[in-house]
Amino acid sequence: MASPQPDWAAIDRDPRFQALHKKKSSFLWGLMVFSIVFYFLLPFGAAYFQDLFKVKVWGPLNVGLLFALSEFVVAWVIAAVYAKRANREFDAMAAEIARDAHNIKGSK
Amino acid sequence: MTGRFKPYLAGAAALFASGLAHAGEGAVADEWKWLTFAVFGGIIALTMYITWWAAKRVHTTSEFYAAGRSVSGFQNGWAIAGDYLSAASFLGIAGLIALYGYDGFMYSVGFLVAYITVLLVIAEPCRNIGKYTLGDILAFRNNPKAAKTIAAVSTITVSIFYLTAQMVGGGVLIKTLIGIDYEVSVIGVGVLMLAYVVFGGMVATTWVQIVKAILLVVASLVMVALVWAPYGFSLPGFLDHAVHDEGIQKQVAKLLGTAAANMTPEELGQRFLEPGLFLKNPIDQISLGMALVLGTAGLPHILMRFFTVPNAQEARKSVVWAMVIIGGFYVLTLFLGLGAALNVGPANIVALDKGGNMAAPILAQYLGGGADSMMGNFFLAFVAAVAFATIVAVVAGLVLASASAMAHDIYVGVIRGDHATPDEQVKAARVASVIVGVVAIVIGIAAKGQNVAHLVGMAFAVAASGNLPAVLLTLYWRRCNTGGVVLGMLVGSFSAIALVMVSPNLTYPQAVIKEAKAVLEGTPAKDAVPAKASEGFVCELFAVCQNAEAAKPAAEAKPGAIENLAKLNEKIAALSDPAELDKAKKEAGKLEKDIKKAQDDLKKFEGQTTNLVGIEKPFFRLKNPGIISIPLGFLMVILGSLLFRDKRAEDMWDELYVRQNTGIHAEGATAH
Repeated sequence: MASPQPDWAAIDRDPRFQALHKKKSSFLWGLMVFSIVFYFLLPFGAAYFQDLFKVKVWGPLNVGLLFALSEFVVAWVIAAVYAKRANREFDAMAAEIARDAHNIKGSK
Repeated sequence: MTGRFKPYLAGAAALFASGLAHAGEGAVADEWKWLTFAVFGGIIALTMYITWWAAKRVHTTSEFYAAGRSVSGFQNGWAIAGDYLSAASFLGIAGLIALYGYDGFMYSVGFLVAYITVLLVIAEPCRNIGKYTLGDILAFRNNPKAAKTIAAVSTITVSIFYLTAQMVGGGVLIKTLIGIDYEVSVIGVGVLMLAYVVFGGMVATTWVQIVKAILLVVASLVMVALVWAPYGFSLPGFLDHAVHDEGIQKQVAKLLGTAAANMTPEELGQRFLEPGLFLKNPIDQISLGMALVLGTAGLPHILMRFFTVPNAQEARKSVVWAMVIIGGFYVLTLFLGLGAALNVGPANIVALDKGGNMAAPILAQYLGGGADSMMGNFFLAFVAAVAFATIVAVVAGLVLASASAMAHDIYVGVIRGDHATPDEQVKAARVASVIVGVVAIVIGIAAKGQNVAHLVGMAFAVAASGNLPAVLLTLYWRRCNTGGVVLGMLVGSFSAIALVMVSPNLTYPQAVIKEAKAVLEGTPAKDAVPAKASEGFVCELFAVCQNAEAAKPAAEAKPGAIENLAKLNEKIAALSDPAELDKAKKEAGKLEKDIKKAQDDLKKFEGQTTNLVGIEKPFFRLKNPGIISIPLGFLMVILGSLLFRDKRAEDMWDELYVRQNTGIHAEGATAH
């Protein structure tokens, strides 16, 4: 921690940081809401839509089992989508701000 | 360091040897015990070698708590899996699937989905602004002493709940599998875990967790391959055999009772793959789901793992790997559970352990060639040893989390005001580990024979209701401050604990006595009871008014076990056919066991009418408090923040928000 403190408020106001913040927030919370809704469909369905869950699709494999298995696939897809976007876009934006942190000053 | 380590190793070996001497009965026959101990010895020796190797590399605080922040994302992914896949998930979920089919598998889903929250909103920000503990994250912009104190109390509470469940479960498991005395296995787990933590810190703990996770995944993959191969690795083919399996059909008929009267055998089998055999209360399920999905992100020993990687990118990578491993493992539980139901049969699994915990080990024995074969016993020994390693590794992670809260947050942060030399800090960490470890052993032995099933649920509920709202709002809400964090964590945690204490999870003496009497003396005939409608949503949650009840058909009188045994003994006296005699004698033995258990229960609870907290009947109807305590936790953080203004928290917001997003000034890796 030998380096002097950057001007945090100035970085926060910097358009590059604001752009990162906006992109990241909407993307993250969107994914978050989607995944929570998708997850709770399973206990809701198992409780209130048993007739649908019992429909056989492929031999004894029914909608309920397929839906439970799809939860795994969706979780993995969400992880992959997020990791890809973060690796490609967010990391580069954050790195650029971090590199430039000491040059961003409070002057308006 | 290694000089101090050697006498300790010898002591541990002597203790384990004394365990051999006490070995009584268990699932493994006496003639194969040596094989079990050889496998156990091998795995213990491997972890001891890791500890010896790690001990030379642990000198600084950062190395002790965070493995020098030099664990790679891939390695940390395995370690998270090793920290998270407890014996409860390996043995417990496989057992639930073996006994209840579909509903057991629903648990698996929640445990994986939980990591989406960790990945998206917790792991990277925490890595960017934290140092070693939950307290560090909360102290960033809140009053450091207040935040560290409450975070440490919460960390220790959650870890002790989780730890007690692991210790008690482990002791019972080892006893059932290989017959080592309960106390000896609890001390064995405690001593081993202390060796890893005290000498090897986070470096040893990480590698023990990695090794254990690999062993667990390999053991499960081999078992699933053997279970699935006879059906040509076809999913419908495999399920089809489960549907047509007589043992599974009988189990469903038993679970459904009179409702199964008009169903064909095939319908019964198919019912095993449909929801509703175990989880009967939808609100309770949703409540459980909330605690799982939000609680994992608030578990201190999981949070702590993100400080072992060099930066936020590696933290992200470690969650993605953890999701691949944990998710893959939970998909396997479907095959392990159904495979055990198909090959061993639900009835035989219940005979060994009522909760089904023996499903996976017994399936291993069957797959190897059965109880009389060497391969079968080797497989069983291997799975038992993996389960043992699982418990030790999970407990080590929990002890490290509590010790860091005690030494880093309370001693160094609050008492010494962050002024302690590096040597003092490492020493404090080791002393705290020993204290927590000894406490864990003492609690483990004291809790022998106690019902601890509610403790893991309680740990998740406290983490979801106390820790997560405080962490999440500190990270993402500008107005959040010390008042909110303290109020939210107090109310969230206490409400979760209080609701569990008055929930159906605990043992209620009157119910146990009634059940024991029914076993001994039988039940009288009952008239049919019509369905009752609920008087409202509140009634589904609290015992203040009438909740909905399904109609109950009339039941005939059932004779008690004492009467049955007398009749059976008369029959045995008259029998001459050896095969029939043998069968009758086995049945008599089972009845005697039931009678003994019922009589023991009666004696144990004689004269008691109230439970631990002094109530006769559950007041809260759900097993999982999340649906109430989680929103309450969030609400209190918001309310506390708005009521008590804190200028520092607001002034620090820009710094916190910029740093969590960019990683500027994040704690770096230490070079070796």
